[in-house]
Amino acid sequence: MWKTILRRILIMIPEIIILSILVFLLAKAMPGDPFTGSINPKADPAQLHHLMKINGLYDPWYQQYWNWVVHLFHGNLGNSYQYQEPVTRLIGGRAINTLWLALFTTILTYCIALPMGMYAAKHEGKLPDSIIRVYTYVTFCIPFFVILVIGVWIFGFVLGWFPTTGSISSTATPGIQSVGSRIYHILLPGILGALFGTVNVVQYLRSEVIDAKRSDYVRTARSKGVPEKDIYKHHIFRNSLLPIAAFAGYSITGLLNGSLFTETVFSYPGMGLLFINSISYRDYTVITALVLIYGILNLLGTLLSDIILSIVDPRIRIQ
Amino acid sequence: MESTSEFLNIKDVSTAFKINGKYYDAISHINLEVHHDEILAIVGESGCGKSTLATTIMGLHDPAETKISGEVDFEGTNLLTLNEAGYNKFRGAKIGMIFQDPLSALNPLKRIEDQISEVMDYHTNFTAEQKHDRVLELLDQVGIVNPKRTAHQFPHELSGGMRQRVIIAIAIACKPDLIIADEPTTALDVTIQAQILDVLREIQKENHAGIILITHDLGVVAETADRVAVMYAGQIVEQGSAEQIFNTPKHPYTRSLLRSMPQLENQNDDLYVIQGNVPSLQRMPHEGDRFAPRIPWVPESAHEKDPVMHVIETGHEVRCTCYKEFKFPDEAEDVKA
Repeated sequence: MWKTILRRILIMIPEIIILSILVFLLAKAMPGDPFTGSINPKADPAQLHHLMKINGLYDPWYQQYWNWVVHLFHGNLGNSYQYQEPVTRLIGGRAINTLWLALFTTILTYCIALPMGMYAAKHEGKLPDSIIRVYTYVTFCIPFFVILVIGVWIFGFVLGWFPTTGSISSTATPGIQSVGSRIYHILLPGILGALFGTVNVVQYLRSEVIDAKRSDYVRTARSKGVPEKDIYKHHIFRNSLLPIAAFAGYSITGLLNGSLFTETVFSYPGMGLLFINSISYRDYTVITALVLIYGILNLLGTLLSDIILSIVDPRIRIQ
Repeated sequence: MESTSEFLNIKDVSTAFKINGKYYDAISHINLEVHHDEILAIVGESGCGKSTLATTIMGLHDPAETKISGEVDFEGTNLLTLNEAGYNKFRGAKIGMIFQDPLSALNPLKRIEDQISEVMDYHTNFTAEQKHDRVLELLDQVGIVNPKRTAHQFPHELSGGMRQRVIIAIAIACKPDLIIADEPTTALDVTIQAQILDVLREIQKENHAGIILITHDLGVVAETADRVAVMYAGQIVEQGSAEQIFNTPKHPYTRSLLRSMPQLENQNDDLYVIQGNVPSLQRMPHEGDRFAPRIPWVPESAHEKDPVMHVIETGHEVRCTCYKEFKFPDEAEDVKA
């Protein structure tokens, strides 16, 4: 198994190289430059050209790419044009925020979705099942950002229960108060993200459980005289969780992508918001670094899914 | 224990399924007995209610979607009056069931050993060690060559024949008095079929069990059964000893079935084909002989209005009186000529 994981990681290397070239070229292909927006519009165009030149932006792409890669291996992703600060430090600070939000959302999603899906499937066709189904369809039909905006409006502005911007209150003193403030700030985006995220898991689990309920091996278990409660525990639940487990690896990367919306709506200083801002400012160094990180996370997500699946499903033991 | 004592007595059992809010009979008014040390074969086309009868005896129907009437007396208890907990004392312990499709009847995520010893978890107070020994003993009994290795494997690592053996091992783990085998050999190739049937027969001898063998394969019936019940459209149309059914079949359906079997002697003849289809549940006729539409050349007057079973000789019963006048079309022509 370790051999396979190692092989999978080795295969990832050329994937990452190709990804990095593409990312780099795409970022360069965007029209515009990082300076026009930030210097005095009346300044001499020659000054702009000078800025471009000393930053190496007139060099051929392969040379720029090579410089970037060499720096990359020294742990240097360059300086952000917009913030004038090393990209690694910039992203590092934001990544923590995003990570907390993603972690909270994931845990909440599964805490809500697993019991809900099981309950709906157990009472298939009855009232609670119908209510859950209506809930999932409605949530599924509404675009995520609409849910976010409505959520912010109701719970943030109208009811005033939760803060609507930032990741920490500016008046919070270090210590318990600041931790509390951080948690308070991720509650609403986390809950809204989880409400949206549950839909897939609930529907998946519900149909898996219903399939399992009617499966031949469950009928075999019944004919063994196993009580219904134990049938759920030993046969139905574990078997139905397989696709969910496989999905979990992807869902982590999915959450990081979803953070684009959440962080923009909540002005939450994470990687998603940083990404959106860097695109509008043509902050090349930050864009390429972030896309590369997202790409690597995606690759790791698939690897994680494969590993999880091979652990829980004996039919997929990797040799 | 007398060898001829009947211990399963099915009296007037009907099972109806709910389809779009209405109930339709899948089997109606079934009467059957099973004795110790015998193999009773239930034969019929697909859709005639054979499997429904089996799952009715096992209590595997969802009460919200089925209506079951009649009595299933098993060693003095009417199973149909039991609740789930009561039924679970019989299922697996005193009645074992072997399912049709060995590929899907085992839980793909559990080791063979766990799946077999699960029966014992609920019906015996064996220690873990005793269970382990019994699992190996059972696997050996059903003809698995390397029980130790197989016990540790997962279903997907076994062949179809091996999986069917495992399912038999599960069914006989607690030495049940009754084994219901629902098409146990249908999914297997012919050489494995014979081996599986041998295993069943051996187990029956050892445990003095009664076996209900459900099949559409008359070859299997001829090879194994002591008694035969022929089902058509949810009813039993003829029952008797294997010799009676194969040597002197009476009911037009039984005769048609036997005639549609390939024979070595007359290879040139086309096989006999029974006209039409088994009616679907919703279209099942509720009056008259249900087989009548498939033998249209027999005059209506030959059928009974409400066909009942007629005793022909001891143990041999036939539904409806039409068997007296029934002839195959070509036979009738022969007579004219």
